[in-house]
Amino acid sequence: MQVAGFRLPASSSLLLWLLLWELVGRAEVTILLPPITAIAARLVEIVPTPSFAEALAITGQAFFLGNAIAILVGVPVGVLMGRSRIADELLLPWVNLFVSAPLSALVPVLMLLFGIGQTTIVTTVFLFAVWIIVLDTRAGVRGIPPSLLEMARCYGAGPLQCFFKIHLLAALPEILTGIRMGVIRGVKGVVIGQLLVSVVGFGHLFEIYSSNFLMEHFWALLFVLFAFAVLVAEGLAWLERRVDYFAAARH
Amino acid sequence: MSAPSTATATRPTAPSTRPIVEVRGVSKVYGKVRALHAIDLEFEPGRLTSLLGPSGCGKTTLLKIIAGLIPPSEGEVRIQGRPVTGPGPERAFVFQDFALLPWATVLKNVAFGLELRGVPRAEREERARHWIAEVGLAGFEQSYPHQLSGGMRQRVGLARALAVDAQVLLMDEPFSAVDEQTRRKFQEDLLGLVAREKKTFLFVTHSIEEAVYLSDRIVLLSPRPGRVAGIVEPKIRRDGDPERIRRDPVYLDTVETIWRGLKGYVE
Amino acid sequence: MRSAALDEPAAVPVEAEDGRTALGGAALRLLSVAIVLGLWEVAGRGGVNPALPAFSETALAALAMLADGSLPAAFLVTLEPLVLGLAISTLLGVGLGIAMGLWRPAEWLGVPVLVILQAAPLAALVPLLTFAYGIGLTSKTLVVCIMALPVIVLNAYRAIRHTPQSLVEMGRVFLASPRIIVLRIVLPAASPVIFAGLRLGVAAGFIGAILAELLITPTGIGDLVTYHQSVADYPRMYAAIAAIVLASALTIGLLERVEIRLFRPERAGR
Ligand SMILES: Nc1ncnc2c1ncn2[C@@H]1O[C@H](COP(=O)(O)OP(=O)(O)OP(=O)(O)O)[C@@H](O)[C@H]1O
Ligand SMILES: [Mg+2]
Repeated sequence: MQVAGFRLPASSSLLLWLLLWELVGRAEVTILLPPITAIAARLVEIVPTPSFAEALAITGQAFFLGNAIAILVGVPVGVLMGRSRIADELLLPWVNLFVSAPLSALVPVLMLLFGIGQTTIVTTVFLFAVWIIVLDTRAGVRGIPPSLLEMARCYGAGPLQCFFKIHLLAALPEILTGIRMGVIRGVKGVVIGQLLVSVVGFGHLFEIYSSNFLMEHFWALLFVLFAFAVLVAEGLAWLERRVDYFAAARH
Repeated sequence: MSAPSTATATRPTAPSTRPIVEVRGVSKVYGKVRALHAIDLEFEPGRLTSLLGPSGCGKTTLLKIIAGLIPPSEGEVRIQGRPVTGPGPERAFVFQDFALLPWATVLKNVAFGLELRGVPRAEREERARHWIAEVGLAGFEQSYPHQLSGGMRQRVGLARALAVDAQVLLMDEPFSAVDEQTRRKFQEDLLGLVAREKKTFLFVTHSIEEAVYLSDRIVLLSPRPGRVAGIVEPKIRRDGDPERIRRDPVYLDTVETIWRGLKGYVE
Repeated sequence: MRSAALDEPAAVPVEAEDGRTALGGAALRLLSVAIVLGLWEVAGRGGVNPALPAFSETALAALAMLADGSLPAAFLVTLEPLVLGLAISTLLGVGLGIAMGLWRPAEWLGVPVLVILQAAPLAALVPLLTFAYGIGLTSKTLVVCIMALPVIVLNAYRAIRHTPQSLVEMGRVFLASPRIIVLRIVLPAASPVIFAGLRLGVAAGFIGAILAELLITPTGIGDLVTYHQSVADYPRMYAAIAAIVLASALTIGLLERVEIRLFRPERAGR
């Protein structure tokens, strides 16, 4: 946006919002919104504490493990569905069902099956992330021009070489989109899982802070989470643009 | 436009009338890119002028400046003596990418310009039907754009521009999406149209043959920044068999001359 | 602003049936359902996990809950915050998105915040909402809103901003006023993507509604799940979960149908 001929940087409005927040916080309109400065001070205070470090470690572990499994499972399944009609028809109804299903309803089942702990959270992250990865990979593979595969076969590529050298590379932009969207969903999954399990990681801290009305603590924790989520999303988007750049010649 | 394929078109070649479109010292700069530089041109009624030049030389830009869609950085365009400040009722545009409303039928698309001019429904639909038939799409009034082939869509865009009965027709590569046979048919039809309607046609094309075949005058533009590199007025007799025109020595010579002129830009 | 949420495909596209042989496809899909349910049955009977009832038990439990009216009653309770929250999100979200798409200051103010909100795990706000608005309908409705709103707003915004430039130029050439261009070109051109955003919002709303019922206070389907879990009546617990998953799938499937009908006539004819 331009003001008096001067171009305002794209995200500069965030500063305005933060300022507004600070004013609302100072005016003590609601105890829900403590001033930003107080939250920042609290953030500096709690980040070095062992309980925070522990929560961060356990959350990060669940997040990375869940997403890693989702990628390792999602991409090959997506490639399979993109290549084989039978696999596609067999799996697609379920993928479509779960990609938009209320997965929060499944967490109680996971708690029953896997216990109240880290396994349940990892599985929740996996379930949030995997379906969109499958769908996007499938779409990418289906978009590969057949001539590319015929070319590879002409030059004597086996199925495994085809998978790594053609499918993965040619569908890379779509796969990365799927991974990015899956990872964003994974962040939501780890939080929903921890909230419902509520004895591990950030979920546990949220429970403590909110039941003791520690609003500054609560917001400090939220900011860490939000910052992490946005960093992950933007980082993956950056990677994706790089790949898109290399893949531009594909079309 | 479904004129009999033997377009018996004779045109007065004497450009005595007052120009309807005047382009005076028009330049266009996009950020750091100089797209057009000091263009001076005049266009008279009843004549078809082609703009010919390499890709990116600013043909679309010039057409859009004349249409009033984008302002020139320098200079001005006058229509019937009045400076252009925006689009006007005496100009119509045929878009290179058709610009059809995907949610509207062919009839509604063709009537769109009339509708915006406040023409009552019955009248605008009648006029739209007339022009749909003229471009050879009778029977497709209730079809949607996605049900038509590329060439048919292009004709819908053409009919929409013709329906508003504008004095100046700005056509940006209007035959780009059609196959060679249809293209030839279109070209013959367009010749008939120019002969019948006393309108001013500005026609952008990449094809030297098409330009020579159709035009009273060809404006050659140089690569960026686009300037007028030359003006050719093919003196071709347009009566008789269209096929004969394509074998006419004057036609072939003109194509050859222009090609030699443009070759320098390619190398 | 070029950012993660903005360059992502505006919405998950409708999965269209392509030209595959419909009959073989239907048979395979049926087979697929049979395989999965069969595996579930075997796993349940085989005692893989004491907390995993067989499919047949779950199905019988579902029938029983339908017959005694507890399932429909629970649905009605769950639907209340869901429908309310989705209605609010739709009106507010589409309105905000259109405003951001058409009006630069709104775009400048809104887009960065919404990009963050869409990436952020807003579920974490649930304890805060409970704290502020208690454990009643208000909190639950707001949970649905925070889940559904960002995706609806951003889709509406992107849809408006991605109006094909040549259509707008066409409108100008044929002398449409700015108001007419918005009403006759920009909004119709944007409506498929806006609608797709609503579909995504509904999916997110379901997640929010169930989350609220499990996290704030057990009501409706959430109550069925927690109660039957606590008395170890696993078939009924699973039946309640399966019912809400199916209900969500049916709703979204219905919306896809409507979407194809309304906005994608080229796909409807198949
Ligand atoms: N909106 C714009 N912003 C920046 N540069 C532009 C814009 N539109 C056109 N240009 C630049 O101006 C130059 C002329 O563009 P224009 O579209 O007029 O070319 P053209 O002669 O129509 O090309 P073609 O034959 O490929 O259609 C190009 O170099 C293009 O990069
Ligand atoms: Mg052009």
